[in-house]
Amino acid sequence: MTVVRVRRSAVIDAPVATVWALLRDFNAHDRWHPAVASSRLEGSRPVDQVGGVRAFRLKDGSFLREKLIGLDDRARRLTYCILEAPLRLDGYVATLTATPVTDGDRTFVEWVSRFDPPEAEAGRLTRLVAEEVYEAGLTALQRRFAPPVGAARPVAAANRPTVPAPPALRPLTSAGPQHSAFETVRTETAPPLSPVVPTVATDGAVRPSDDGEPTRPWGPNPAREEDGMEVFTVVRRAEIEATAVSGGRSADDGPRALAVARSATPLPRPVQAQGLAAPPSPGRPAAGAIEAQAIVVSRHGGPEVLVPATVSVPPPGPGEVRLRQTAIGVNYIDVYCRTGFFDLLTPPAVPGMEAAGVVVDVGPGVTHLAPGDRVAYACPPVGAYATARTMAAALVLKLPAAIDDETAAAVLLKGLTAEFLLHQVHAVRAGEVVVVHAAAGGVGVMLCQWASALGAAVIGTVSTEEKAALARRAGCDLVVVHGREPFSEAVLRATGGRGADVIYDAIGRDSFTASVAALAVRGHLVSFGQASGPVGAHDIGAFASKSATISRPNYGHYTADPEELRAMAARLFTVLAAGTVQPLISTRLPLSAAAEAHARLEARATVGSTVLTV
Amino acid sequence: MAKVFVSTVIGAPVGQVWPVVRDFNGLPAWTPFAAESRIEMGAPADQIGCVRNFSLKDGARLRERLLALSDYDFSMTYSILESPMGVEDYVATLALKPVTDGDRTYIEWTAEFRAPAGNDQELVTFIGQGVFHAALQALKQRFGG
Repeated sequence: MTVVRVRRSAVIDAPVATVWALLRDFNAHDRWHPAVASSRLEGSRPVDQVGGVRAFRLKDGSFLREKLIGLDDRARRLTYCILEAPLRLDGYVATLTATPVTDGDRTFVEWVSRFDPPEAEAGRLTRLVAEEVYEAGLTALQRRFAPPVGAARPVAAANRPTVPAPPALRPLTSAGPQHSAFETVRTETAPPLSPVVPTVATDGAVRPSDDGEPTRPWGPNPAREEDGMEVFTVVRRAEIEATAVSGGRSADDGPRALAVARSATPLPRPVQAQGLAAPPSPGRPAAGAIEAQAIVVSRHGGPEVLVPATVSVPPPGPGEVRLRQTAIGVNYIDVYCRTGFFDLLTPPAVPGMEAAGVVVDVGPGVTHLAPGDRVAYACPPVGAYATARTMAAALVLKLPAAIDDETAAAVLLKGLTAEFLLHQVHAVRAGEVVVVHAAAGGVGVMLCQWASALGAAVIGTVSTEEKAALARRAGCDLVVVHGREPFSEAVLRATGGRGADVIYDAIGRDSFTASVAALAVRGHLVSFGQASGPVGAHDIGAFASKSATISRPNYGHYTADPEELRAMAARLFTVLAAGTVQPLISTRLPLSAAAEAHARLEARATVGSTVLTV
Repeated sequence: MAKVFVSTVIGAPVGQVWPVVRDFNGLPAWTPFAAESRIEMGAPADQIGCVRNFSLKDGARLRERLLALSDYDFSMTYSILESPMGVEDYVATLALKPVTDGDRTYIEWTAEFRAPAGNDQELVTFIGQGVFHAALQALKQRFGG
């Protein structure tokens, strides 16, 4: 047996903490290694979990799987082995080490490996590993971190401390005005709120990369399908305000007097806390205001920052409606609001964007709703986690008798998303081949059911066998389990080499390239989420090889017009009533247990929708 | 334990740098501060356990024991037996690695020790800057930077 050892090393002109932050991400190699086209971690594990397997494709088309078998942040050393490769790299174990060069604040990167190739191929394989993998990778790192031309790098002191610095965290700011239709007013002296510490502790939301872009907004969550969709990419203030304005609320209404009586302190309290025992609002309740029980995000943080409070709900102003709510939908965006990852909520404030209930009263100018109407909504601004609220009326929908409150609260947002994806972004026709990624997820199941009913041939992708069964029940003609084989090959084989007419992809970074590969000529890739991370920059010139269409729809842009929204809802309610699309509500909890609902959602302990009941 | 870590890159292949560094009796040949050196008991300079007894240009005298030497890893570990610095449990390692990109040498010099007098930071600075960094810069100059 021939044992080969390969060693390549280089000096990178950047501090070791910067270089290591990139290298230690076991799934980041498609961002820095020029030979890697796309990569994903099997089972959607954290990028730094030892035992994790990355399944990736090289630009030449070959497919490999490698396992992380050692990671050391102190020595800045990462060791991995090959599980599957098209070449005879038997027994391949490699180690990447980043060491500081204190003289100049640079980094020495060393890449070494050993493997046992067949004798006849030893020379070729050794050269391939040394040159096409290691040298090419190290050169790419040098270029990536090359200082701009003309920029002088400061020379650091010779004995820099060598404590491994954690990578810089992206600050989670929550500055800016409250975007709720209510102005939240603190009317008592509250304990000082904790500063918004950049935290990844409870949500794992933002994993920094060297350039500050969030690379793992879904952090260590083991299964992303349920919430892979990205319904509100609307995190920019201008867009939110545009929605509010188009929703019928004039921009200069001024602050509404919703006084949030903060219940005691923002300290963690038991989830089972009974009775929402806060005193009635001592603030300035508007004339005719009613009291409601609400769950307030006391500060950005983990589920424990969700605390009960009593709020005052003012009578509706022009264009507004006041609701008594009966069922509230819990969505992953609520977690992002709670943690501060999305800038849609400034604590203390009531989260939530989806609920159903009954109209109490309407303000001047509201004609499509009347007291006693059963209604539901799925739109910003936040404020749904309450027994009652006042909000802009334009996007509040009347419910038909066939749709019960819990169903509406559970499926409205996902169902409207499925509606515009299947009818507007791409109008699915009978006979088309439709691929749905994360087919067992909340939106995925509805897409499969509905597309199947439209007469399309549906191919679903999932991460596990259990989810495959769910996807089959949802109407998939073929289910591909990730990690078994590249899904693009399965799609091409199933279509006789033609590819898919449309691909609905909310996985994002890990699937984008493979999705393009699976498209038919003149196919349509609808990228509507990025559960695995941002899709990143792509050369649109490459799409000419298939005359591909790429769409990046935003929920807010398809649901902001009241007339269009009502037409969309009518189509959704029809298929729901007919049973063509069936909601899967797996978790019902009382409103007071919102913290537990969040904890379960983040632990991926739920399948299907979560509803809070009043 | 106080720790010192200093490293640099030398513009010569490891095969040329290592013979200079591996000579446990060779400090006067490449460092700017060592005046003369001998190995006690007439032992070979690469015998594990041997002690080098050397003086500095300022007259101070040190005794250090060779604990490990690897021509495979290009590394050398030694401890201080006697020195004017007032350190205890002092163990240092000099290690070289090839920089295959450009056929250069990465060299790092690390040390751990206790400072009973409580002047850890002062000693870290002195050893890091005054000893290791100064020596590595001299080595760098010797090979043309």
